[in-house]
Amino acid sequence: MNATDERLFSFKNIWFTASVGALVGIAIVAAIIGFIWIPSAQKGNRIESLWDAICTAAGLPQPFRPLGQPTTPVERPSNVIVTAQMMQPADSLSIGRGGTLALQCTMCHGARGMSQANSPNLAGQYASSIYKQLRDFKSGHRKSAIMEPLVANLSDQDMRDLAAYYAYLPRERTYSPGQEQGDAPLIVRNGSPMRNIAPCGSCHGGIDTKTATPRLDGQPQAYVRAQLHAFANGARRNDLHEQMRNIARQMTEEEIDAAARFYATR
Amino acid sequence: MLDNDSRRLILAHFWLAFAAFLVAVILGEWQMYIRSPLRAWIQNPELYYRSVTAHGSALGYVVPTLVAMGFGYAITELALKQRLIGRRWAWAGFALVVIGVVTAMVPVSMGLASVLYTFYPPMIANPFYYIGIVLVVVGSWIWVALMSINLRAWKKNHPGEPIPLAMFGNVAGSYLWAWTSLGAAIELLFQIIPVALGWRSTIDAGLARVFFSWTLHAIVYFWLIPTYLAFYTLVPRAIGGRLYSDAMGRIAFILFLVFSMPIGIHHLFQDPQVGAGVKFLHAVFTGMVSVPTLLTVFTICASVEIAGRLRGGRGAFGWIAALPWKNPMMLAVAFSFVMLGFGGAGGIINMSYQLDFAVHNTQWITGHFHLIFGGAIVIMYFALAYDLWPHLTGRELGNVGLIRLQLWLWFIGMIVVTFPWHFVGILGMPRRMAYFDYTVPAIAPQAVSVTITFLGGLLLVASAFLFVLILLQGHRGRHITLPEFRFSMPVHQPARLPVALNSFALWLALMVGLTIVNYGYPIAQLMALEQTSVPAVPIGGPR
Repeated sequence: MNATDERLFSFKNIWFTASVGALVGIAIVAAIIGFIWIPSAQKGNRIESLWDAICTAAGLPQPFRPLGQPTTPVERPSNVIVTAQMMQPADSLSIGRGGTLALQCTMCHGARGMSQANSPNLAGQYASSIYKQLRDFKSGHRKSAIMEPLVANLSDQDMRDLAAYYAYLPRERTYSPGQEQGDAPLIVRNGSPMRNIAPCGSCHGGIDTKTATPRLDGQPQAYVRAQLHAFANGARRNDLHEQMRNIARQMTEEEIDAAARFYATR
Repeated sequence: MLDNDSRRLILAHFWLAFAAFLVAVILGEWQMYIRSPLRAWIQNPELYYRSVTAHGSALGYVVPTLVAMGFGYAITELALKQRLIGRRWAWAGFALVVIGVVTAMVPVSMGLASVLYTFYPPMIANPFYYIGIVLVVVGSWIWVALMSINLRAWKKNHPGEPIPLAMFGNVAGSYLWAWTSLGAAIELLFQIIPVALGWRSTIDAGLARVFFSWTLHAIVYFWLIPTYLAFYTLVPRAIGGRLYSDAMGRIAFILFLVFSMPIGIHHLFQDPQVGAGVKFLHAVFTGMVSVPTLLTVFTICASVEIAGRLRGGRGAFGWIAALPWKNPMMLAVAFSFVMLGFGGAGGIINMSYQLDFAVHNTQWITGHFHLIFGGAIVIMYFALAYDLWPHLTGRELGNVGLIRLQLWLWFIGMIVVTFPWHFVGILGMPRRMAYFDYTVPAIAPQAVSVTITFLGGLLLVASAFLFVLILLQGHRGRHITLPEFRFSMPVHQPARLPVALNSFALWLALMVGLTIVNYGYPIAQLMALEQTSVPAVPIGGPR
C-alpha cells in the first residue's frame, strides 16, 4: 500500500488499533485498580457499594462520617464538646452562688479549693474543665462512686456556678516537703514522637494550652498518677477523641511517675 | 544553510536566553549563600522569595522557551532545507517575549511579585507580572503556529516522504507546548489576573492548582525536547556514529506527546481537593512517561556504541574506551545520561503515591528538578549551542579545552548541589525556606549540606560565565567555510514510513482524549463545587 493513501483513522490500520487499544486498556485497568479495588480494600473505608467506592476515589465530597465515633449518646466518651465560647464570662452573682454550692465539696477539695486529701486542687482551674467533668459525672461518662451521687441533683446552672467559683479562687502553691521543682522531664518537654506521645506541656501548659485541657500545675501526685493509670487501662474514658487514653497507654511507669511528680511540684 | 536573517533571528533567541540564564544562575547562588551558615541571615525573607521568583521565572519560562524557539527555527531551515515561512511573525513572537520578560521582571525586581514562578494562589502579585508571563507564552504560541505552517508547506512539496526526524520531534515539542501551556493560561486569564486587577477578591485556589498542574509537568518535557532532539539528531553525527533507529526516535517523541501532559496531578498528591482514585490514575500514566526515556537511553547508547565500534573499539566494553572523549558532544551526552539516570530514578520515587509522602515539599524535590532540568537538560542546551554556533556566526568556535572545562564544571557543580539536597530531603528538610535557624539542635547537623551546595553553586556560576564567554569569543573567531549542516544519519534511512509515524493527527487526538479522561472529572467537579474560593492574599502591598 502506498503510504500516501494509507488511512490512519481506521480499525484496519494496526497503528491506530494498537495505540488506541493500548491506551484504553491501560486507562481501564488503572481505573479499576484506583477506583474500585484500592478503595474497597483499604481498611477503615466503609464502602457500601461499587458506586460508593467510585465516588470515594473520585473525591466526591461526602457528609462527614467520623470513623469509629459511636452515634448513640451512651456509647460516646462524653456529651460535652469544649469550645472557647462554652463558658460565659462569670459575674459575681454566679461566683457567689458557686461559693455556696461549694460548701458541700470542702470535705475533699478543701475550704478554698486546695485539697488535703489527694483530691484534685480546684482553685484556679479553668472553668470549662470543671464544668465538663461535672457534666461527665452526672451523665455517667466519668465514673466515681463519690462524685456521681453528689452531682446527681445539680442543674446546669449549678455546675456553671461551681466552675465559675473555683476558677475565681486563686491557686496556691502547695507545700511539698523534700521535693524541689526540678527541670521538666523529657516526657513533659519532648514527649516521645516514636511512640506518638506529644509533650505533656504542649497542651497542659508550659509550652502551650488548648481549649479543652485542664491545668495540671500543682495537682496532687497521687491523683495525676491514678488518672493516667485509669486512662491507660480504660477505667476512665471521657476523653472525646481518645487522646489521653492513647497517650497513657504508651507511657511507661517511669514516665507516669516523672510527669506526676513534675506537675505536683509546680 | 542559514541565511543572515535567520542567523540573526536564532542568535537573538539564544542570546536573550543565555543572558537570562546567567542572571538566574547568579541569583540561585546568592539564594544558597544567604541561607548557608557562612553568613548571618539577611533578616528579610521577602528578598529571598523575590530572588526565587526571578530565578524560577527566568529558568522556567524564559530560557527553555527561547532555546526551543531558536532551535526550532534553526531545525526548520536546516532539516527541511527551505526558507522559514513567516519570518516577520517570528520576529513579532520574539518581540512579545522580550516585552513580556520586561513587563514581568519589573514588578518582580520591585518586590511586588514574590509569588514564585508557580504562582501559588491565593497569593496574588502585581498584575503586570502575570501579564508579562502571558505575553511570553503568547509569543511562543506564534512559534508553535509557524512550526506547523512550515511543516505543512514542506509536506505539500514532498508528498509521502518521511518528515526529517529533527523536524518531527521539533513539531511534536511545539504541539506539546501549545497544549500544556493552556492550563496555566486558563489559570492566569480566568482566575488570577481578574483578582490581580481587583475585579474579584476571592480565588478558588484548589481549582487553580489543578489547572497549573496541567502545565507544570509537561512543561518539563517541553524543556526536554531540545535535549532529546540533540540526543537523536546531533550526538551520533558529532561523535562519528549513526543513529541506531530513526523509528524509535519518532516513537519516543510520540509517546511524550501523548503521555507527558495528562499526568500532572502527581504534583498534587498531598492536595485534598483531588480524589485518591484520580491521583492513582495519574500515577499510572506518569509511570508510562518513563517509557520514551528508557527507549531513548537504549537507542542513544546503541548509537554511541556504533560510533565506538566504528572507531575500532572491540569486546563488551572496549568500545567505550574507543569513544571520542575529547569531543564536547560526547562529554555532554555522557554527563547528561548520568544525571538523567539519577534524576529519573528519583522521579520514579516522586510519582509513586506512597513514596511521595516521604519526600513531598522537601529539598529532595528541589534536588530532583535541578538534576533533571539544570543538569541533564541544560548541559545539552550548552552542547547544541556549541554545535550550532559556527553555523550561526560563520566563525570558528575556539578553544575546545575551555568547552570541556565548562562542561566538567557544570556536571560536577550540579552533582555537588543536588546530591546533598536529595539526602537532606529524605531527612525532612523542607524546601522554599527563606532561612534555616542552625541554632536549633534538630537541624544543626544539616547546616553542612547547605555549605556544600553553596560550594557546588560556585562551580555552576563559574561554568555559566565560561559558557557565555566561549559564545562571545565565538563571535570574534576566525572566519571559516563550513560544510553543510548535517543531522545524524540513521543506520537504516527510511524511504517510506507508516502514516502514523509521519503525522500527528492520531497522537494529538489521543493526547486530548487522555486529557479529558484524566482531567475532565476533577476540573468539572471543582468548578461545580460551591464555596471553594478563599480570600486573595496580596503580595508586595502595604501591610
